[in-house]
Amino acid sequence: MLFYSFFKTLVGQPVVVELKNDLSIQGILVSVDQFLNIKLDDIRVTDEKRFPHMMSVKNCFIRGSVVRYVQLPAAAVDTALLQDATRRENAAEK
Amino acid sequence: MDSFLPGAASLVDCVDKKLLVILRDGRKLIGYLRSYDQFANLVLQDTMERMYHNDTYGEEYRGMFVVRGENVVLLGELDEEREAMHLRSLREVPSAEINAIVKKEAEARKQMDLVTGKILHARGFCVDFAETDHY
Repeated sequence: MLFYSFFKTLVGQPVVVELKNDLSIQGILVSVDQFLNIKLDDIRVTDEKRFPHMMSVKNCFIRGSVVRYVQLPAAAVDTALLQDATRRENAAEK
Repeated sequence: MDSFLPGAASLVDCVDKKLLVILRDGRKLIGYLRSYDQFANLVLQDTMERMYHNDTYGEEYRGMFVVRGENVVLLGELDEEREAMHLRSLREVPSAEINAIVKKEAEARKQMDLVTGKILHARGFCVDFAETDHY
């Protein structure tokens, strides 16, 4: 749930989602769910126009299981808060 | 995919819309989303399979699909205007012809992926691509 909550704080930010097939999609983060499925608005396929089928798509839903990386704007992340949340989340474990 | 939480991703906004669905085997399906579930299993109606090669494309009618969620890479909402513009820049060819070309390309890419996978493995990288992933 930690990363789900983390991503929810980033809704509205421009992000770049890199898939496992090396396709990078830039867009505004609209929503995320518990599986870390991602919805992006106003997408642009960065890197390659070797993916022509994406030309007519403005918004997309990306299944969490195919994501390799999500690149975030550094300014949008409060690392101290994130570290605290991580410690709290793992405090129960031993 | 609960929809009562703000910022929660849900496919409910995509229902009855014309979508581009990219599958893990590399196929691009275009159809109307009628139903989905928490696994991203989908029901697509009036589905066309579209194949691209350089500046040409081909389409084949496939009808009604139930797609198992694990095979889904992404769903894209098709913007009619953009699609019309996009297709105008390409030349349509009969699906049988482009199918053969695309199949050969897929084979070649599969071989490349296998070799790349081996090299990455040797360097300690985790290779997520299964043998059946060609997207």
